[in-house]
Amino acid sequence: MAAICSLYIINKSGGLIFYKDYGSMVRMDTNDSLRVASLWHSMHAISQQLSPTTGCTGIELLEADTFDLHCFQSLTGTKFFVVCEPGTQNMEALLKVVYELYTDYVLKNPFYEMEMPIRCELFDINLTQAIQKDRVALLGR
Amino acid sequence: MVGAGKIKQNANVLDKPLGKGKQEVSLSAFAFLFSELVQYNQTQVDHISELETRLEDAGYAVGARVLDLLCHREKGNRRETRLLGILSFVHSTVWKVLFGKVADSLEKGTEHEDEYMISEKELLVNKFISIPKDMGTFHCGAFVSGIVRGVLDNAGFPAVVTAHFVPVEGQQRPRTTILIKFAEEVLQREARLG
Repeated sequence: MAAICSLYIINKSGGLIFYKDYGSMVRMDTNDSLRVASLWHSMHAISQQLSPTTGCTGIELLEADTFDLHCFQSLTGTKFFVVCEPGTQNMEALLKVVYELYTDYVLKNPFYEMEMPIRCELFDINLTQAIQKDRVALLGR
Repeated sequence: MVGAGKIKQNANVLDKPLGKGKQEVSLSAFAFLFSELVQYNQTQVDHISELETRLEDAGYAVGARVLDLLCHREKGNRRETRLLGILSFVHSTVWKVLFGKVADSLEKGTEHEDEYMISEKELLVNKFISIPKDMGTFHCGAFVSGIVRGVLDNAGFPAVVTAHFVPVEGQQRPRTTILIKFAEEVLQREARLG
């Protein structure tokens, strides 16, 4: 069953501010997730330079044998990317939904410091609901 | 007055009619403004209770103005003299104008004669705010309790108003209760009026 495995949010300097593990495929500890985040940040930046076409904004999709990685970069440089099973549909829409939740429950929270790890209860609650809704919709298809 | 062909403008701003104004404001814009209000006050205080006091004072200023405005617009310049009258005014009219809906419930306290409670599932000002665990009992609804206190105080019903979280079983987020404790003189006057 195609499903989301993990969700990462990285700030504009490449630091990991949010990581959530959903699947049973890979269990990563904190250090590994930090490494993956900064690795992806660098690769994203390098791809902008390597691209043969002008105006490239970075990697949006990485397809591998055992996983897919969808990435969405906001205008402010915050990157949302999700690792999922190969062939999962509608991940771009999901990333847009996560971005909306981020702007609502993280950026409008007066107790959140910019670029710091996200510790907002409302964000967690709504994110779980959104992922759940996505899973249910997926089963329905 | 606006009429076709009227050339002379109202030179004095006091002669212009008091318009209805814009009925709706962007929620996101308000949320960002409120968030900045909280953040600014956080830099000015040393203690959490001071932060609540500051938010309440900000709300008090809003409440005082809202009372005058609504008395003129909605109630035709009539003044509430009874306790239940002013409470239902706050619960319905003020809430409707400020938050777009009437408050969820208005209850009388069971333990004390002078306590009344207005409950809401989720205050509009708190919609996007998650209080960190180390802030304890801090409630951004102190702003709303300040508004209520401003309205009541300026209407002649002095009271102490506080906002509390009330945990509800079966729900992750607690309800919010605005607790209104009227001053002694209000109850005495109410008893005299019969």
